Amino acid sequence: MVDFANIGAVCRREFSSYFATPLAVIFLCVFLVLNGFFTFELGRFYEIGQADLSSFFVWHPWLYLFIVPAISMRLWAEERKTGTIELLFTFPVSLFEAMAGKFLAAWAFLGIALLLTLPIVFTAYYLGDPDGGVIVASYCGSFLLAGSCLSIGIAVSAATNNQVIAFVISTSICLLLTLLGYDPIVQALHKVFPPVFMEQLTNLSFPFHFEAIRRGVLDVRDVFYFLSIIFLGLFSGAIILDKVKAQ
Amino acid sequence: MWSKSIQSQSPCQLATAVLLNPIMTELIQTHNLGRHFGDIKAVDGISFGAGRGEVLGFLGPNGAGKSTTMKLLTGFLSPSFGTATVAGFDIVEQSRDVRRCLGYLPENAPLYGEMEVAAFLKFVCEIRKIEASRRKAAIDTVIERAGLSGVLHQKIETLSKGYRRRVGLAQALVHDPEILILDEPTDGLDPNQKHDVRELILALAKDKCILLSTHILEEVEEVCSRIVIISRGKIVADGTADELRTRTASHGVVKMRLSGAQADSVDRELSEVPGVKEVAAQRVGDEVAVLVTPTGGDFSVHNLVEAVISKQCRIRDLSVERGHLDEVFRAITETVDFSGRP
Ligand SMILES: Nc1ncnc2c1ncn2[C@@H]1O[C@H](COP(=O)(O)OP(=O)(O)O)[C@@H](O)[C@H]1O
Ligand SMILES: [Mg+2]
Repeated sequence: MVDFANIGAVCRREFSSYFATPLAVIFLCVFLVLNGFFTFELGRFYEIGQADLSSFFVWHPWLYLFIVPAISMRLWAEERKTGTIELLFTFPVSLFEAMAGKFLAAWAFLGIALLLTLPIVFTAYYLGDPDGGVIVASYCGSFLLAGSCLSIGIAVSAATNNQVIAFVISTSICLLLTLLGYDPIVQALHKVFPPVFMEQLTNLSFPFHFEAIRRGVLDVRDVFYFLSIIFLGLFSGAIILDKVKAQ
Repeated sequence: MWSKSIQSQSPCQLATAVLLNPIMTELIQTHNLGRHFGDIKAVDGISFGAGRGEVLGFLGPNGAGKSTTMKLLTGFLSPSFGTATVAGFDIVEQSRDVRRCLGYLPENAPLYGEMEVAAFLKFVCEIRKIEASRRKAAIDTVIERAGLSGVLHQKIETLSKGYRRRVGLAQALVHDPEILILDEPTDGLDPNQKHDVRELILALAKDKCILLSTHILEEVEEVCSRIVIISRGKIVADGTADELRTRTASHGVVKMRLSGAQADSVDRELSEVPGVKEVAAQRVGDEVAVLVTPTGGDFSVHNLVEAVISKQCRIRDLSVERGHLDEVFRAITETVDFSGRP
């Protein structure tokens, strides 16, 4: 039985704590600068001459690979270092509720970061006539992708006190899930594995589902995929936390 | 400002548990509770109970297992074996009910340093399910009790150690729990702050069940109604301070200073008094200092005094040793081998 009021309380506390230091603002700036760099320099937003945002969204899986673990790595390590984990779990809160509360706070923060990229949408509209539906779907997909990386990161941060290790492991797992759907890798793997197996494998990857959404179709199966990853991350994180919380 | 008495608002549903279980008189009850960390037997099968109105002092050297026991009771750790109930709820099966009914101050009072005191207390109210309408009253009450009114909008990390401890206590009291578990509540505070915290505990003691740990002897004497001494994960003594003192070698020894012509030969007379084990006499100036060690049983100070008077001695001074708690403490815990135990 999950108590949603507890999730809310943990989430609000966590969220407001981000803004107690300038770190949150610095993070948002870094996120926007990197986004701009990828879109305009590597994606050649202007030069392509198309008024759509694919050169903006295409980079998001790669961006989240580093940006999200940077947020998630401290989520549990910090509580353990200061000992507040003992305070938190001697309140009438379950492991999953605390996990979900922290996750939602960080996810909301990533959502804000995403919203701050809206000026690029206005630019696209100024330059031409992009497809609004595709843009909305892409934003949803990107947000779900961020949540998936986050839930993996938060489970990993439950497992280790060391923030550097947490960062490296989370990035590795997300990288694996990204590469499984990255064309050059997929082609190479096709030479080794039978097609049936490869299909299942790519089905598990981030890009397979993100690209589908990015084309403008918010398919239930893709959304379900991301939500499953999120629940799996939170659930396994809660189990890990139960084992290690007192160490 | 610490010891103001505050009207208690009935908090949690523990009353139900108590009513459902009429045999239960103890709010905290452990049965052979144990927790091992690999080879380390941090808590090794302890059984004790504590009821309402009791301040139970957990006394023991560092590494004795006090904190681990408290973590078991508060559900932060799960036991390796044994059981315990808090307010009638099982600590494993009904952990959430247990946690609802108690207030806990962990060792070193960990707190969310980046939060302001008021925001932190509000968070505790939310997580403790104190309805919005009662929240202000609940917070005002603990602010008054803990003397926090001057620092409400300060970040916790900028507070002095004494104030941080007060915030830790306020946090444990917000829902006015009947059971309080305090892990070294005065550790690291200066004497005045220690005094304040003890005053607060005494003020709370009347209608609560308080379990506190300490390694300060004067503290248990001052605030605890009962003492449990633990060493290497086991209970080695359980009783009131007076009961424990009777275990000392010097307990009941009568000290006298006598004068008079026959004072020097009084020791032979005194060793005939029933129940006397040993008499030592020594001349100091024009007086004789006498130490009488009783065996217990039929010894009485009255007989002793009569014997002295029958020798025409004058009693200049007489005192009966009560015994020393620190002697007991050392005697039963000094065999502890700290090797390998941080
Ligand atoms: N999480 C843990 N892992 C391993 N050993 C532990 C852990 N917690 C406590 N211990 C050990 O258990 C023993 C009892 O510790 P503790 O309960 O903190 O003692 P106290 O509070 O009486 O000083 C110590 O030897 C300590 O090293
Ligand atoms: Mg301790």
